[in-house]
Amino acid sequence: MSPLRYILEKEFKQIFRNPAILKVIFVMPVIQLIALPMAADYEIKNINIAVIDRDHSTVSNKLVQKITASNYFKLVEYNSDFEASMELIENDKADLILEIPKNFEANLYQEKATKLFLAVNAINGVKANLGAAYMTNIVQSYNADFRIQTITPGRFNELPIFEISSTNWYNPKMNYKIFMVPGILVLLITIVGMNLSSINIVREKEMGTIEQINVTPIKKTHFILGKLLPFWIIGLVVISVGFLIAWLVYGIIPLGSYFTLYLFAAIYLLVILGIGLLISTYSENQQQAMLVTFFLMMIFVLMGGLYTSIDSMPDWARWFTRLNPISYFIEVMRMVVLKGSGIVDTGKQFLIMIGYAIVINTWAVLSYQKRA
Amino acid sequence: MAKLNSNAKAIIVDKVTKSYVNGKKKTTALDQISFEVTAGSLFGLIGPDGAGKTSLFRILTSLLLPDEGSVFVDGLNVQTEYKTLRQRIGYMPGKFSLYTDLTIQENIEFFASLFGTTFEENYDLIKDLYIQIAPFKDRRAGKLSGGMKQKLALCCALIHRPTILFLDEPTTGVDAVSRKEFWEMLQLLKAEGITIIVSTPYMDEATLCDQVALIQEGKILGIDTPQHIIEGFDKAIYAIKSPNMLQLLKHLEKDPAVEHVYPFGEFHHIVMKQKDSVIRIPEAAVMEKITPNIEDVFIDLMRSHAS
Repeated sequence: MSPLRYILEKEFKQIFRNPAILKVIFVMPVIQLIALPMAADYEIKNINIAVIDRDHSTVSNKLVQKITASNYFKLVEYNSDFEASMELIENDKADLILEIPKNFEANLYQEKATKLFLAVNAINGVKANLGAAYMTNIVQSYNADFRIQTITPGRFNELPIFEISSTNWYNPKMNYKIFMVPGILVLLITIVGMNLSSINIVREKEMGTIEQINVTPIKKTHFILGKLLPFWIIGLVVISVGFLIAWLVYGIIPLGSYFTLYLFAAIYLLVILGIGLLISTYSENQQQAMLVTFFLMMIFVLMGGLYTSIDSMPDWARWFTRLNPISYFIEVMRMVVLKGSGIVDTGKQFLIMIGYAIVINTWAVLSYQKRA
Repeated sequence: MAKLNSNAKAIIVDKVTKSYVNGKKKTTALDQISFEVTAGSLFGLIGPDGAGKTSLFRILTSLLLPDEGSVFVDGLNVQTEYKTLRQRIGYMPGKFSLYTDLTIQENIEFFASLFGTTFEENYDLIKDLYIQIAPFKDRRAGKLSGGMKQKLALCCALIHRPTILFLDEPTTGVDAVSRKEFWEMLQLLKAEGITIIVSTPYMDEATLCDQVALIQEGKILGIDTPQHIIEGFDKAIYAIKSPNMLQLLKHLEKDPAVEHVYPFGEFHHIVMKQKDSVIRIPEAAVMEKITPNIEDVFIDLMRSHAS
């Protein structure tokens, strides 16, 4: 019988005897998959706004009503004192100040033009950007309403107007969760796979058991495969649990086939586990391995296209993301889940992953030396 | 495995040097070491901590490559024929290095399977050892006492019936009774025809070996049978005792006729510079000429090489 069988048997025994590992493998991903997409939402709500109304007219009143009715803004202050509002920004109680000048209504009716002042607290860049954009949108739509109400329409439009109407393909309601959940699932199996594999060989080094293994006639390839396969299987189980949660909790069923996803996941896991093993063979103790894994993970995650769009990165960074396995899986995951892409459509990603898996794992086997 | 004939050499080490580079500092662990071990003998490697014992063991077991020199174990070159060699040797590292989360039985069976053999096949070789730990065979190795762990480790190192067994400090940190048992076990294994190489920091264990090598700072200071080593000692040695041992030690250290003096049990042992030199001793002290034991010889060898 193949020595590989004995190593696998031993690895599985060790994994299932470690209750902490089982919890980390199964409970943590479930909790994260349920909690993260609910909490880590791109849409920003509850932007605190302070309105300085120096006009106190019908028009200004309606504008403020429209703003607060939008659900995005929370009116924290309504006064006519700029200093007081500024203080709110300084104390982080308000994110935006909207100042409606005196004679706002009068100017609008008589001169057909008036101004609004918007001050944004830009400490939280994302919130500031979005808040200002939402506000501009609301004011513009208010402006359009106002014009319709006040201008007697001519026979033709006096000025040509472009109106853009858009449809959102693949995710018509722009459901944020359909977009995030598959991505987070990718991150989870990456974290589980890379961490488990990276501390595994190193653990044998720390315990000294590797010495005992090294004096046996066992082949390097068998040893590495014995380390890789259990986590590969666990990775596939974790992703299955993830799909189940995506369906039960979020109602997400891939448009494409599960087969494509599993096939890609199988190759992807080989890459991730290979990277873990590589870290493991180069590290001397678990602490080193964990730190390196952590740094790599952070780069992979932040540059993986889940939290920031790869297309908007500078050129050098885009080149870099081509080395990032996470970015391929997230891409494939979204293509299959949202667009229903098949193996042919994702052929490029498949080939790259296969190449990646071969390079990394060959390197891992070569770098593991049974002798110094 | 075929038994080696008795005058064959189980191990031939020729001018082996190994040094470690740590930053810019170069530490020589083994310096031009040469020795031979006769097949079927019990060979002891005695030396203090840091003498290079473990480095030498790691080279002999093909885990470490020497910088210079050649090593043949069981007729195989450790640098090129290590794959065949690993089938034939058993190694028990100084640190307990079995799987603590596997049971006794699982550890033994796992290591047996790695060598392509089974527990049952070589049971007769480890039987004496195994029956001592058998009551706990379903206990995880991490939960065993020190003595049990050591017996288990020896079982695992023997399960594939090696021709040469390497034991790196097997008795360090083991109580006196277990140590005695362990050495008795080694004698039994030797009777089975297994060549045993054992390292130890305890000099009193030297007499239990067929041949001993004293190693210090990467050099072999002497290599012979324990009997010959003792006989080769030609200095005068005395044991001295007095009510105030500390003061006596300080007093003797200053005496120009004394080569060295060291506490030994309830006595101080004094080695004289000249065979016939006479020293002044305090009135209450009792001095007696003794025949040296192996420890006296080693201490003398080590002191004269250190200076």
